[in-house]
Amino acid sequence: MSETTAAATATLERARAVAASVVDPELPMLTLADLGVLREVDVTDGAVTVSITPTYSGCPAMATMRDDLVRSLRDNGFDRVQVRIALHPAWTTDWITPEGKAALAAAGISPPGAAPRHEGPVALALTPTRRSVRCPRCASPQVELTSEFGSTACKAMYRCSTCLEPFDHVKEI
Amino acid sequence: MPDVHTHEPDDHDNAYSGLLVNDAHWAFGTDFEDPLAGVDTTTVPSTVDPHVLAQYCLMLGDDALIASQRISQWCSNAPDLEEDIALANIALDLLGQARLLLARAAAADPTVVPVLPADSPVPDEDRLAFFRDDKQFRNVRLVEVPNGDFAETIARILMLSTWRLAIMERLRTSTDAVLAAVAAKGAKELAYHRDFAGRWFVTLAHGTDESRRRLTEALAGLWPLWTELTETHPVEAAAAAAGVGVDPATVADDVDVVFEQVLAAAGMDRPAARPLAGVQNRKGRDGLHTEALSPLLAEMQVVARAHPRGTW
Repeated sequence: MSETTAAATATLERARAVAASVVDPELPMLTLADLGVLREVDVTDGAVTVSITPTYSGCPAMATMRDDLVRSLRDNGFDRVQVRIALHPAWTTDWITPEGKAALAAAGISPPGAAPRHEGPVALALTPTRRSVRCPRCASPQVELTSEFGSTACKAMYRCSTCLEPFDHVKEI
Repeated sequence: MPDVHTHEPDDHDNAYSGLLVNDAHWAFGTDFEDPLAGVDTTTVPSTVDPHVLAQYCLMLGDDALIASQRISQWCSNAPDLEEDIALANIALDLLGQARLLLARAAAADPTVVPVLPADSPVPDEDRLAFFRDDKQFRNVRLVEVPNGDFAETIARILMLSTWRLAIMERLRTSTDAVLAAVAAKGAKELAYHRDFAGRWFVTLAHGTDESRRRLTEALAGLWPLWTELTETHPVEAAAAAAGVGVDPATVADDVDVVFEQVLAAAGMDRPAARPLAGVQNRKGRDGLHTEALSPLLAEMQVVARAHPRGTW
């Protein structure tokens, strides 16, 4: 490997490390990399291009993520930063890393299970989605769904029947 | 590994730091110059007239925008906090879909975008949302009629999300890469919306005599607006023929299966109401709306129209 190539690789790795360490504005216990929304980091002639993908179509955190990425990279010496949106492929909770799921659980948020896969049309579900969810506080499996919609687009609300505490669950999509 | 918590002060702790950067940030959009930033919008499939693609995106985008505005009127008025949050989430998902679809319409054919003063910072999708008059909106009339009670809102979300999910599932294979990506994402969201509405529909049907009476009335009242969703408009036919859109007639059977499933679980019959006629056969997709749309637009657009330069 030539010296220039080695330097370029080191720069790319550094840019990737900085971008990967930026946290999600709504789930600050997760980095954008842990959440799986950081899709690509590229460095060309010193200019960094970062691709991120929204969790939901109406995700209001995209501009904040963009600003945080730009600021972090600038703080680390990358002056030219462009953030792009990658709509395809659509985000899935399967992209949340094992470290991310552990961080969610440690913060009292129940991590998602495997995302549903559909062959043909999505079937209508008239009864609450069955998930093997445990209370992140007392680990009881006796939990009940309060609502499929929670404080952010990506969460459902549950209640533990054992310790009676409410908690959020990141719903599988 | 750099410590990300070293920024002083942390912007997330200070609500004013974002406010003071740029007023236009709050007036229009999320300050992304383009919600499709980085998505290749310059490529329009050679099989389609860009004007047809734009009109088709306006139809799907306006359905989502107007439905979102109506549903968000429930905010702080829903029967309980959980449903309030659920309805707000549904409205937000639809608003996100609307933003992408209106941006796609503008990119495909810039002539559909209203002209504003040269120094206006208003992005294209916001021009389309806030600076068109009622006759320029292409949404079906189902999404614009007033909310009514909770039963009416549930019946409407069930009808809209069942239809829209079936459309989006097919739209995933659109030859327009942007529409395909928007559809793949939107389908995941709409599956949640449909389940939410379907469960509440069955719950209200088996609740009290009063909840069942209201639900029956709600469905009967909205049913005349149903056929407008599944009858093929010339723009939809042209978009489908070009491979970018979906002919809604092709989803009629699929959505019927879902309705039968919900009605069977609810122990209710399909209403026999006749379709609401258009005026000289012009309906929502042609810009001919009910009297409910103008007041909705007035409320939604008044601030943007008062400040077309995004400053005050």
